[in-house]
Amino acid sequence: MLTILFDGIAYGMLLFVLACGLAVTLGLMNFVNLAHGAFAMTGGYAAFIAVNRFGVPFLLGLPIAFLASALLGIILERTLYVHVYRKSHLDQVLFSIGLVFMAVAAVDYIMGSSQVFIDVPDYLKGQFNVFGVGIGKYRLLIIVICGLLTAALQFVLSYTRFGSRLRASVDDARVARGLGINVNAVFAATFAVGSGLAGLGGALGVEILGLDPYFPLKFMIYFLIVVTVGGTSSITGPFVASTLLGVADVAGKYYVPKLGTFAIYTVMIVVLIWRPQGLFARGSAK
Amino acid sequence: MSATPLNTPDVARLVMSRARWRFSEIVFWIAALATIFLVPSRHLILTEIAILGLFALSLDLILGYAGIISLGQAAFFGFGAYCAGLLATHQLVTEPVLALALAGAATAALGFVTSFLVLRGSDLTRIMVTLGIALILRELANRFDGLTGGADGLQGVTIEPLFGLFRFDMFGHTAYAYSLAVLFVLFLLARRIVNSPFGLSLRAVKGNPLRASAVGISVNGRMVAIYTIAAGYAGVAGALLTQTAQFASLDMFSFERSADVLLMLIIGGTGYLYGGIIGALIFKLMQDWLASMTPQYWQFWIGLVLVAIVIIGRERLEQLRGAIRKRILRLRPQKHAA
Amino acid sequence: MMKRILVGLLAATAMAAAGGAWAEEPVKVGLILPMTGGQASTGKQIDAAVRLYMQQHGDTVAGRKIEIILKDDATVPDNTKRLAQELIVNDKVNFIAGFGITPSALAAAPLATEAKVPEIVMAAGTSIITERSPYIARTSFTLAQSSVIIADWAAKNGIKKVVTLVSDYAPGADAQNSFKERFTAAGGQVVEELKVPLASPDFSPVLQRAADAKPDALFVFVPAGQGGTFAKQYSERGLDKAGIKLIGPGDVTDDDILNNMGDSMIGTVTAHFYSATHPSAMNKDFVAAYKKLMNGQRPGFMAVGGYDGIHLIYEALKKTGGKTDGDALIAAMKGMKWESPRGPISIDPDTRDIIQNIYVRRVEKVGGELYNVEFATVEAVKDPIKAAKK
Repeated sequence: MLTILFDGIAYGMLLFVLACGLAVTLGLMNFVNLAHGAFAMTGGYAAFIAVNRFGVPFLLGLPIAFLASALLGIILERTLYVHVYRKSHLDQVLFSIGLVFMAVAAVDYIMGSSQVFIDVPDYLKGQFNVFGVGIGKYRLLIIVICGLLTAALQFVLSYTRFGSRLRASVDDARVARGLGINVNAVFAATFAVGSGLAGLGGALGVEILGLDPYFPLKFMIYFLIVVTVGGTSSITGPFVASTLLGVADVAGKYYVPKLGTFAIYTVMIVVLIWRPQGLFARGSAK
Repeated sequence: MSATPLNTPDVARLVMSRARWRFSEIVFWIAALATIFLVPSRHLILTEIAILGLFALSLDLILGYAGIISLGQAAFFGFGAYCAGLLATHQLVTEPVLALALAGAATAALGFVTSFLVLRGSDLTRIMVTLGIALILRELANRFDGLTGGADGLQGVTIEPLFGLFRFDMFGHTAYAYSLAVLFVLFLLARRIVNSPFGLSLRAVKGNPLRASAVGISVNGRMVAIYTIAAGYAGVAGALLTQTAQFASLDMFSFERSADVLLMLIIGGTGYLYGGIIGALIFKLMQDWLASMTPQYWQFWIGLVLVAIVIIGRERLEQLRGAIRKRILRLRPQKHAA
Repeated sequence: MMKRILVGLLAATAMAAAGGAWAEEPVKVGLILPMTGGQASTGKQIDAAVRLYMQQHGDTVAGRKIEIILKDDATVPDNTKRLAQELIVNDKVNFIAGFGITPSALAAAPLATEAKVPEIVMAAGTSIITERSPYIARTSFTLAQSSVIIADWAAKNGIKKVVTLVSDYAPGADAQNSFKERFTAAGGQVVEELKVPLASPDFSPVLQRAADAKPDALFVFVPAGQGGTFAKQYSERGLDKAGIKLIGPGDVTDDDILNNMGDSMIGTVTAHFYSATHPSAMNKDFVAAYKKLMNGQRPGFMAVGGYDGIHLIYEALKKTGGKTDGDALIAAMKGMKWESPRGPISIDPDTRDIIQNIYVRRVEKVGGELYNVEFATVEAVKDPIKAAKK
């Protein structure tokens, strides 16, 4: 039974890494970026090319995925996104869905539409037993990486100068500028990190979720669920939400397979009716 | 929105003038009527556009007039579609128009029930709740496959001739005339609704819910009412699709359908009722054209257009559209003369 | 004088128009496939195979040029229906073909009947499809064909307890029911029946459930393209090492992605109609030509369905001498036999469904790549579901 719990946590952690960038852009920068999954896909394919075509070790493929997506993120942020921050949410939806369509078709053109897989080294394959609980090695890796990341993110946002600058820029960009904060650079850096994390998640997720050009569309709903249920005002919210959803989904499918995907949607609606701003809302939501 | 009492002559005149038919509107509907006779070979896609236009109109009613953003309008579309399908397969109601009305009413009832879930919360919450409802309905339809045919879709829907006279032919002529007529009638109704005192109070709610409730408008009541009406509209649109295509599938509940209709509405513009219809026309024709040029990669070009619309700015496009419209209006009399 | 020449000319054109109308006008084939969306790889394989066939056999049959009109339905059945209708009404196509999923094929069926246009199903695999219109012929397969063969094999090879795991839609149900019926009749036992949603990102819970039931084998059907995710998690959970055999119809080890699935798939036994290693000269040429066209990609069973589908159209036209009357074409297709890359096949004259050999295969490493290696053949298998109805 603990195996199920373990699987659920790993799955939830993976969702968290994939979605936390979205929580940042949506919660902090108030930008609806439905194209978030496209960055995850970029990371996945970058790792795929590095590992399978050029024989880069798998663990080195992960930072490559991060960098590739972050780089793409920063380029798009500077050239396109920067024009859209001030537009209405509806325009942002139109814009980011447009980007998703382009990304899907472009990847389909370059990489083909079949599912791809990254060659995972043998030491990450299989399970080992701890007191009768089957622990998947790969899932353990996910949990370790995600745990570290969460701690690091929380630390950066709460305790560093960059974190306070970001929060200042978000709360009032004009005043922040007046105080000599380069708001554009802060936003760009934040966006890049968010995209990079998605890329990392995309690369990690290939083994479990698979990867094909339709990845951004398939998982858009999951990202949105994590972010809305968790609330967008902190990192903790999406973290707890994704863990809960991961466990609920896996346990639901194990114990009551007939219910299928009902569980996850019902949980979401109930939570949102109960707490419309998400589980961990800050008092003043915009 | 001004807070001055509604019986001031100025406001009354403003409201009256807004409710009056403009020349361009009349031209629009005459052009629509003309397509029945002028482009018979395009009736199939035009039927789909008319249905999507009606669907987008339902979204416009809640988004453009009440400010409720939904990414799950397909819930009602699909529900209406299956209602019409089941009425036909079980031979309960064989007259298409009656079945259409029943499907619409049933969907409105569903809309009424679910409307209480979207009263609270921010845009994002509403997006997700509506989306969740659509996905749950889809799962239900999949689960009760004895009734709905599950993932195979509802097969064997045969629709009796319209009024017992007009068979739904293969060329889609009957289907198009029927869909267009339904669209027009429901459009008239929607136009009547949004220009009524009720519609005006909705705008007040959209503009500032707090102030609206201060002047004595029941905010929640208005929201429930318009959400119910819009659900009924979407249900009729779905039912129309089932009747004209003669089957229903799970995919009618899909997230993509909700997203597409939102895109169409945004392209066409919200809050003036024509946005959905124009958006559906532009989006569908563009998609059809691109997909026949490059069946594999048309999505790329659609995406590019969407991005371009936003980057260039819709204000600028609207200016352009205004200019074109003026020019067309100037040309129109000459054309009639010729 | 002038007048006479004119009249003569007119008469000549009229005669040409009457007599040679179909000698000049091309035969149009409306190919409706999912070219975008989750099933895009199916559409691309079929499209490529059709193009390959036409490259190899020329684009003229019985004096008439063949014109393919490719449409993308994005796996949305009401799109399929409208596209089929437009193709028939506006483009005046003589065939509609393709159809990635069952609902799409079903949606077009009434049109085929009404317009008397043959509908060639190249992919969708639910049994009932061919019953929905007398103008439907199929060149892919039915899931029951493969499922009963693997059930027989399992029962004969010491497998007693089986857990079934199928995608939750009509083909999945077909596969599961056919397997269960045949397997229990042979004395086997299905201890648990698991279903996963069609769009299931994570197989781990159901796989855990399957592992906990400790069966001898796990019977799996997931649609072509999803096998990869499944395979990864199957090995992660250590089911391969726990001695739970993986069996099923061949969709899970589709050649299209098999080589990427990893060595844990070695030893998987499936029953299916096509393997890229099918040992025939014709198949070797087919695979080589396909790879050349598709940048080294291997043809999967969907590609063969498309290749044979267009072959059926060519041969039917040859038989009717280029006439495109729907009844004549369907009559010509009935009972047609030919050698395909997959082996000898024919069209059942009673049901218009395909009759083909089903091969039992084991995943092995051949020249450093994973392949389904055939080791037993059951000849001329009809669709068992329709056969049972009689």
